[in-house]
Amino acid sequence: MVAATALAEIDAHPAAGAALDIEQVSHAFDIDGAELPVLSDVSISVEPGEFVALLGPSGCGKSTLLRLVAGLDKPRSGTLREDEARITRPHPSRVVVFQDPTLFPWRTVWDNVALGLEAQGILKSQRHRVDAALDLVGLASFRNAYPHQLSGGMAQRVALARALVNDPKILILDEPLGKLDSLTRITMQAELVSLWQRKGFTTLLVTHDAEEALVLANRVIVFSDRPARVKADIRVDRPYPRHRGDPYLADLRRQILGLLGLDATW
Amino acid sequence: MSTYSLSDGLASGAPHLSRAPWRASWVRDSGAGVLASVAWIAFGLSCLWWEDVGDWSRTHSLGITAFVIAAVALFGTVGADYLGSTGRALRQRAPWLVVLGVFLTLWEVATAKFAWLPLPFFPPPQSIIEVYTDDLPKLLDSVFASVKLQLGGYLIGATVGFLTGVSIGWSRAVGYWVHPVLRFIGPLPATAWLPIAFFTFPSSWSASTFLIALATGFPVTVLTWSGVASVSNAYYDVARTLGAKPSFLVLKVAIPAALPHVFVGLFMGLGSSFAVLVVAEMIGVKAGLGWYLQWAQGWAAYANMYAALIVMSLLCSGAITLLFSIRDRLLVWQKGTVKW
Ligand SMILES: Nc1ncnc2c1ncn2[C@@H]1O[C@H](COP(=O)(O)OP(=O)(O)OP(=O)(O)O)[C@@H](O)[C@H]1O
Ligand SMILES: [Mg+2]
Repeated sequence: MVAATALAEIDAHPAAGAALDIEQVSHAFDIDGAELPVLSDVSISVEPGEFVALLGPSGCGKSTLLRLVAGLDKPRSGTLREDEARITRPHPSRVVVFQDPTLFPWRTVWDNVALGLEAQGILKSQRHRVDAALDLVGLASFRNAYPHQLSGGMAQRVALARALVNDPKILILDEPLGKLDSLTRITMQAELVSLWQRKGFTTLLVTHDAEEALVLANRVIVFSDRPARVKADIRVDRPYPRHRGDPYLADLRRQILGLLGLDATW
Repeated sequence: MSTYSLSDGLASGAPHLSRAPWRASWVRDSGAGVLASVAWIAFGLSCLWWEDVGDWSRTHSLGITAFVIAAVALFGTVGADYLGSTGRALRQRAPWLVVLGVFLTLWEVATAKFAWLPLPFFPPPQSIIEVYTDDLPKLLDSVFASVKLQLGGYLIGATVGFLTGVSIGWSRAVGYWVHPVLRFIGPLPATAWLPIAFFTFPSSWSASTFLIALATGFPVTVLTWSGVASVSNAYYDVARTLGAKPSFLVLKVAIPAALPHVFVGLFMGLGSSFAVLVVAEMIGVKAGLGWYLQWAQGWAAYANMYAALIVMSLLCSGAITLLFSIRDRLLVWQKGTVKW
């Protein structure tokens, strides 16, 4: 699926990962005058280049935490830091792949991927990076298609390419593989790991799939029900590429599902 | 478009052709063309067969033209296979040619030949043709004046409306000051300003331009504004995380996302500005098709009125078609847009 040249292209612009410190962050929303606490005293310290997976029940506040990391919202209390600098607003060094692909329907696939470079005013000299990112997700032949002509999975891949083309220091992924068929999904997981290993960016991945978390991440954080607290912080010390049948991972998976309250069904 | 291409596909791709007798397929392909030809021959004969009840100079040439059209319809549809896309287009329109031929025949007979319809008010086709041939310079002058006035007013109104709409949708402060004014003045029909406009403006031409701009500007403003206001926050979030500055958010996110709404406003503005144009020409500006209509009425020249009406409808329809084609070009990314 991946052209070797595509990886080489992206490698030509190395961006090391940044450290991420989430310190005692609490957040809440006001719904109809009532306060809905969503995050409760969350502290996570991520080393540069770490791959952290976030797992938790639906609606517990994972996407909310990612928005805070991206700088799109401000927490009610606590601080977030990227390499010691406080996060107060969005910055292209932290790129998000949202739960919905949210491609711009009036732009072609190529123009969607080029969005970040264009917004930063460096597209003219960097057009090859767009082509490389499209090659990477296997959609080079759809460069002139409009989003309504894509399948859900293809749209999600375009969204991934749109993020990767910016060489982020922190890549923030909100269930980016959720809509893919299992085959594409496994391929994309492998791509993601190899990309992360080559480029060394810090990765924050929200997923609802414990197995995916264990195959990809070197750290898995499990959240409680809303308001989300860190319930467990699990290291996954296994070399890549990882094997789905690995008994060590199976054991961890059982533990995690237990934490999520699913031990009976497993 | 969609209905045509559907029947096209059936006609060319359907396998039943092979079993149907050739005569059936010939009737389906060329029957309407033959009928159209018959209808136009009937029209031509109706022109030439009886004497006119009045004094019209183009009856004979109209009859001959009808025969020419009949011949074109016949050979064009029967021989469509050799004529490429022109032939196909002719076949598609053949049923309309039939209806038109029948209508013209009835019209001719009911007016010029037996005067079933009261005469000065219902002129025959040849007298309308006569207007186009004999009064052409004046008619062209009127067309030119109308187009100039309409174009100037519409472009000003659309531009101002678009800019205002974007500013209200984007900036709270602008919205605070402009919104009440818009609510107070916008719904007023632009023609209500006519009497005031004609003595406050230096010329009736500038007054009319202002009124047309006003009639265009209001719907364009409101729809642009609502378009900008309804852009999903998710688009802004994506753009901001990718490093977009506010100018990028306006120019590359808000405006393209609002464009479908803007076009609805442009269409509405076009419709209401036509109305203002005609009224302004009738009352104030002594030029243009509206004035021509008024003038023809003063002289009881009914044929001239019908002739001017036909030109007016072609112009308005042409303007809408033009706007549609601009929209289709700018909004190719939308699926399922209406074809005009
Ligand atoms: N903008 C908002 N205004 C009000 N409430 C919100 C807003 N965004 C999220 N919430 C609430 O915050 C809670 C957490 O939402 P969030 O999207 O972070 O969940 P999540 O963990 O990502 O869930 P999922 O796995 O289903 O995506 C939900 O109960 C939701 O109703
Ligand atoms: Mg979510």
